[in-house]
Amino acid sequence: MSACTLVSVSTVLGCHSCFRVDMFSKGTKRKFSDDGGEMSDESLGGANVSSSYNLQRQSLLDMSLIKLQLCHMLVEPNLCRSVLIANTVRQIQEEMTHDGSWQAVTEAFCNGSQSPSERLVATEVLCRSREQDAEPKLFSVISYEGCREEEVVADETLCSVSVSDAASNVCLSESVGHCWETGELRVVESDEETSEGSRLGPGDDDDDDEDDEDEDEVDEEEESSREDSKSMGQVFGTFEIKNGSSGPDSALEELFSDVDASYYDLDTMLTGIQSAPKMGPYDLLDSLAPSHGPPSLGSPSNCRSDLNELDHIMEIIVGS
Amino acid sequence: MLSPVLCSELSALEPEYTEADVISTVEFSQSGEFLATGDKGGRVVIFQREPQGEYNVYSTFQSHDPEFDYLKSLEIEEKINKIRWLPQLHSALFLLTTNDKTIKLWKVSERDKQPEGYNLKDEEGRVKDISKITSLQVPVLRPMDLLVEASPRRVFSNAHAYHINSISINSDCETYLSADDLRINLWNLSITDRSFNIVDLKPDNMEDLTEVITVAEFHPHHCHLLAFSSSTGTTRLCDMRSRALCDQHAKLFEEAVDPASRSFFSELISSVSDVKFSHSGRYLLTRDYLSAKVWDLNMEKKPVETYQVHDYLRSKLCTLYESDCIFDKFECAWNGTDSVIMTGAYNNFFRMFDRASRRDVTLEASREVCKRRAVLRPRRVCIGRKRRESDICVDSLDFRKKVLHTAWHPTDNIIAIAARNNLYIFQDRHSPSGHHGVHRIEQETAPQLEDTPPQ
Repeated sequence: MSACTLVSVSTVLGCHSCFRVDMFSKGTKRKFSDDGGEMSDESLGGANVSSSYNLQRQSLLDMSLIKLQLCHMLVEPNLCRSVLIANTVRQIQEEMTHDGSWQAVTEAFCNGSQSPSERLVATEVLCRSREQDAEPKLFSVISYEGCREEEVVADETLCSVSVSDAASNVCLSESVGHCWETGELRVVESDEETSEGSRLGPGDDDDDDEDDEDEDEVDEEEESSREDSKSMGQVFGTFEIKNGSSGPDSALEELFSDVDASYYDLDTMLTGIQSAPKMGPYDLLDSLAPSHGPPSLGSPSNCRSDLNELDHIMEIIVGS
Repeated sequence: MLSPVLCSELSALEPEYTEADVISTVEFSQSGEFLATGDKGGRVVIFQREPQGEYNVYSTFQSHDPEFDYLKSLEIEEKINKIRWLPQLHSALFLLTTNDKTIKLWKVSERDKQPEGYNLKDEEGRVKDISKITSLQVPVLRPMDLLVEASPRRVFSNAHAYHINSISINSDCETYLSADDLRINLWNLSITDRSFNIVDLKPDNMEDLTEVITVAEFHPHHCHLLAFSSSTGTTRLCDMRSRALCDQHAKLFEEAVDPASRSFFSELISSVSDVKFSHSGRYLLTRDYLSAKVWDLNMEKKPVETYQVHDYLRSKLCTLYESDCIFDKFECAWNGTDSVIMTGAYNNFFRMFDRASRRDVTLEASREVCKRRAVLRPRRVCIGRKRRESDICVDSLDFRKKVLHTAWHPTDNIIAIAARNNLYIFQDRHSPSGHHGVHRIEQETAPQLEDTPPQ
């Protein structure tokens, strides 16, 4: 049924672009309480109009979420496109939050445990997914059984000198392994500091200072290597945040971590969409990862699996 | 320049082409004598202007090869994103080419003489038997068929974590910038293992990322000024004299969006896809999805001119979003005197706007329409019914045919339009080029150009 909804709205938008899309792209914020005031002319059709607007807005949200997920996995996804789509999603969510319809959606899943309007949850989740896109495989592949693969890749990286991505070429010469280790340890430290403190100014300076000191010792004063540590830090930074989150966030995070795997299985994903009963953003995420069970909201099990993953990553990176 | 005539149409001979043949960048040299194109397959083709005015293939070489990033398990495309020419000082040509991660400096030179008469080796290069040599000879240079060789002189790599979208050579001709989604680096053309970061938009927390850099360019005359635009629709002018890290802009060019017309697509369509300084250095041309704007560097609040390129698409934004067409990045160009601007659109259309007279024209670059020596007829896109036979309805536009890359000769009224794998070169009928580029080949006989074998 959800598939039907999605498809039909798209068809509507595609074919009859004049009326509905015009109205839709005007983007006038229709608050439920303002129905009477703003649309006194269409008082009868007012409710219908606003509900179709909501429908279109929802379909735009769903389309955006699909776009964020359905990126090419052979080549690195276009960051500009991802950022623009994520901004659109954020915008929709903000409007839905103001409308009050966002609360209705999230309450169904959060069991009212957490007020979603405080934090735009999906934004964070999406950003994390985008972050995963930006620094993808290292993180997401590790999240599930792909650990063994990752180990092989890491070994290869440690051995080879000609890796071309900034995250990997911390050192451009001799002791790749040494620099890798140093860089990684250094970065985890500095990230612990920055994630707690304010993000303005001091955090950045701390990074720079620490990096500079270490680099003097390592005797490579490449600008790029400093940034590489930072980008390595981002990978770990994400990890820190993941551990710190609670409740639906980590559940969603798990959903998201599984989504990457289900990429390769287009059939599963499509079936997933068709079988989901209701179309909401979280529903959509659910349906995209049908292989995963219902999201477990119990925190202890999540923390445990997080710790296991952390151990795994540390093993791989340190190369034991 | 509003009456273009097709003077050269250069494309793959086979009607079926591969994705690798799609042209991804077009750039005239600083004198206009040469034109370089890059394609998705990593090849660069250089055309040279003939005395008659036509452009013919001068050299072809494989600039970038596909690579694999082992850490991320992702491919690095060999597609050439940008080409920039260095000013020509002598007979050799120098150009910078870049893909997503690596920038290369190429030297393209001609060889028309070869040494003959070595003492220690014979004509085929085999080492001679020393005991058989009875006399010494001095090797002489004899003329040979002209050979154009391209060799990479510098490779600038490992400086960008994100995809490089632009390169721009400074007016000092010693440094250049390269910009990716989040950072801009400054390089010296002679030094490949070091670059300086001058703009960094990466937030400490990637979750806060809302803006990326889309294009960056140096000012044509002032070596300390650079402009870069972002996905949020702002263009910043930075002065490298004020501080080393130019995160703080000197000027911010942004037009306020009318809140009444704000929609979910507002930010998407305001994302700037190209920035070009005028030749005079006084104006900036920015291209967003639906319009092209001319900004005076002295006025930041709003552009001095706005040209609607294809406003009829405003009602189709949702469909274009669905098909990802809304993310297409169109380039724009100034003519030599900064009086006309040009940019591409869909359906193989490109548009030119005369700034003084406010006249504009829509033209089509396609095989069916373009005939040699025939003047292109203007096209029109209508929203409702067709009023003329040559009109085309909005719904009939082919969104797969996009003119993303266009270039204008630096001085003459010659334009190069890239449409998929085809390159069209048009020349103005009314005022054909006044002077030809001077041939800098030092030889007396007419050159017989021989291309380097394509890979």
